[in-house]
Order: sequence, then structure tokens, then C-alpha cells
Amino acid sequence: MSGSGRLGDWTTGTEAIVYQACGSCGNLQYFRRSFCAACGAPDPVEKRASGEGTVYATSLVCRAATPETRAHIPYNIVLIDASEGFRMMAHGDNDLAIDDRVTARFAPFAGRLVPYFAKAQS
Amino acid sequence: MSFITGVGLTSYGKHEGSSSLDLMSKAAELAIADAGLKRADIDGVLCGYSTVSPHIMLATVFAEHFGIRPAYAHAVQVGGATGLAMTMLAHHLVEAGVARHVLVVAGENRLTGQSRDASILALAQVGHVTYEVPLGPTIPAYYGLVASRYMHEYGVTQEDLAEFAVLMRAHACMHPGAQFHDPITVADVMASKPVALPLKLLDCCPVSDGGAAFVVSRERTGETGVRVRGCAQAHTHQHVTAAPRLSQLGAEIAIARAKESAGVALSDVRYAAIYDSFTITLAMLLEDLGLAGRGEAAARVRSGYFGRDGAMPLNTHGGLLSYGHCGVGGAMAHLVETHLQMTGRAQNRQVRDASMALLHGDGGVLSSHVSMFLERVR
Repeated sequence: MSGSGRLGDWTTGTEAIVYQACGSCGNLQYFRRSFCAACGAPDPVEKRASGEGTVYATSLVCRAATPETRAHIPYNIVLIDASEGFRMMAHGDNDLAIDDRVTARFAPFAGRLVPYFAKAQS
Repeated sequence: MSFITGVGLTSYGKHEGSSSLDLMSKAAELAIADAGLKRADIDGVLCGYSTVSPHIMLATVFAEHFGIRPAYAHAVQVGGATGLAMTMLAHHLVEAGVARHVLVVAGENRLTGQSRDASILALAQVGHVTYEVPLGPTIPAYYGLVASRYMHEYGVTQEDLAEFAVLMRAHACMHPGAQFHDPITVADVMASKPVALPLKLLDCCPVSDGGAAFVVSRERTGETGVRVRGCAQAHTHQHVTAAPRLSQLGAEIAIARAKESAGVALSDVRYAAIYDSFTITLAMLLEDLGLAGRGEAAARVRSGYFGRDGAMPLNTHGGLLSYGHCGVGGAMAHLVETHLQMTGRAQNRQVRDASMALLHGDGGVLSSHVSMFLERVR
């Protein structure tokens, strides 16, 4: 897939995590843009992530603000350092701890599918 | 040179029936009177925003409502850092000769003007609309993430964080305008309802109605001058997903720039006014700014270091955590209290020496920072 190709990911209803890699400086970014935020070069290459990573931070949400999200409490918001080298926000098992090795699947949340991490089987 | 010549602050809590403009007007009137000025003397207006009554031209709306025709006016939006960012801009405006007396004002009926859910929802929008907000995070969750990491890296415990809530409540008990006057203990904080773990209800600031204002002038209008000695900002990211590592956050960058611009050292500082949206915010900022070693801020709370009679009195009005948080006005109360301390008007809260103060504001998720030094001149 070339840099201008747009891969589907969970934000558009596809069971996938996608990131971008700059062909010029090598910078990785998770938030999609038409340019590299580090060097400004156009058309970073879109890549599908493996779904493997490490837990960077966690917060178990016990008080939600909408009826749709309240139905899921408590739910664990996590920041994951993907093995490819970018960071993303996702959901995860409630007992995840920082530095746990994790793997992604996709779970329903408030009417859509979101990335959901559980401890990797090793 | 610029001076904070007058300050105004309403009580925080419920102001049933007051609009954002009402609360802004009330605070503005207090600040202008405190400066010994008349409305017509105000030739510049900087105001914050209101989530209850959003408007694309709030400063103009306010000027018309308040009955003034300034030569310079607009709103400023930097989340929790807005109050100090406006003060910094006012400082530069009067120094540059654009205006003589700039009114800095904010107020919001955030508690009675909308539901708590609406407040929480509005604030959660600081998250990334595509990659974060669909996951159902809340502001406490963004800070909960940061807290979990900070606790992990520096060995800080939930009991440590609770100390900050207890301290801010003790200070609020000394201020009649504060939203909360019941003393709390570490055990109370630990037993409070989980919100976004590791943060519990008493780790979080409340939602309040209130207003705050000050006047920034080229020359002092009273005997004691409170001068803006120097200030600086830093903006490293917006979203917590894109935040740099803990050792590279903006507070350290902003304070380094402010020290340079002010030509002062931390050892000159006698009073601290630090943003405290959550206990973790206060703990981290104190340590990022160098007012405590890494992981050591809670021990300093326990030893009385940040108390009224301690070496570095901190947020003696009770901070966002217990004086209250009405949006932009929330952190402006820190500056009002600092001014009262520096001019010897803090009554039973008065500290021994507030000759030099350090103020720090944070917007977003430790995203935008403003550090400022205020100096008393006689």
C-alpha cells in the first residue's frame, strides 16, 4: 500500500490498528495526518500494527458521563506502547498493570468496536 | 513594567440564578474598585470562556454587558492555564503601550447552569475526537493515566496524593468564600468514591459557580505594588496519548524560561500558587517546578512545609480542590489570593513573607503551561 492509500482501522469500523511511518525521517505517528508531524514530509506510509505492546499507563473509569458509556463501568482506559514504537489509547482488562505485555482484540463499547488489550499468552 | 493593581473574587460554590456574565461582572467590579479605578479607566479587556454560555466574541459581549468600550478586547482559551496566560498577555500589552489598564476577567455558573454530566462531557472534549473520545475517557481518566504512570515511576502512593486534598481542605476552612469547609483526613480521601482510579472523588476538584478578575496596569495605583517580574509558557502536546515522557513535560520548560525572563531563582520564592485540578496535578507540578524532589512533595505536605506557617505556603485559599473550580476563574483565584498575601490583606490566612511568589497554571492534560513570578515593590 502506498503512502496515499488509506487503510481502514477501528476508528472507521475495521478491526485493525493503523499507524503511519514517515518515509523521510522515520518518525512514527498514531494520529492520522497527510504529513509527518516531526519533519513535515508529505504522505507518511500507513501500516497495520501487530496489536502487541506493553502497558504504559492505566485508569479504571468508575464514573462515566453518558448513558451509553455508563452501561460499561467500570472500564479500564489504558495507554499502550505498541511494539512497533507508537503509543495509543485503548481499553483493557481491569487487572492490567504497567509493563504488562499485552495483545489486542476488539470489543464493543458504546455502539462501536474499540481496541481491547489483555495479557499476552506466553 | 506591569503591576496587578486590583483583584476581585466571588465566593465559589452555588450562585443560583447568576449567569456567567453576572459572575464576570461581579468580579470585575470588585477588581476595578480594588485598583482604585473607574470603569471608564479600563481600556483593555481579556476574558476566558464559558462552557455554559459559549460565544465566539465573549469579550465584546462582556464589554457591552458591563458597559465599557475598550480599545482592545478578546477572549483567550488555554484551558486551566487561561488565567495566567491572560495575565501574561496583559503584562505584555501594557508594557507595549497598547493599553493602560487591562481587565482580566472570567466567571461561569458551571455548577448550577448545567448538569454535572454536561460539565464532565464538555471537558472530556479536550481528548482527541477520533482516537480518544470514542473510548469514553473523562478528564479524571486522563489525569488518572498520568497518575498511574507517575506513581509507578516515582513510588508515589494513593495515600501520598491524599495529603494534597487534606491540605487544600485545611486551607479552605480558613477562607469564608471557599466551597468546602468540612475538614477531611487521608482516610476520608481513601474511602471516597472511585472516579477514575487511582483518582477518587476527593482527589478531584469540584464543579463550581464563581467569578474572578484582576486589573493589570502600567503603573501601580496603590502604595504596595505587585509587579509581574517575569513569565513564560510551554506547550508540548494537547492529547495525553501524544504527551512526552514524564521527565520532559512542559512545567519544567516553562519554569526554566520564566526564571530566565525574571532573573530570579527558586530560592527567592516565598509563596506558591500552583494549579491543582487533581491531587496528582499538584504533586507533579510541585516536583516538576522544583518545589520538592521527585516523589517527595507529599512528605513536605506532612511536615508542614506548604502550610500557612511553613517555608513555602501554598494555595492558602484552598485551591481548585477546595476553594472550587468554576472553569477559567478557578485558577485565577490562586492569583487573587497571592495578591492578598503580597499586600498583607489575607487576614487569618496571612503568611509571614510573600515578597516573591511563583504561580503556575496547566491546561489540557499537562499540555499547556504558564509560569509567572510576582514581586512586591514598595
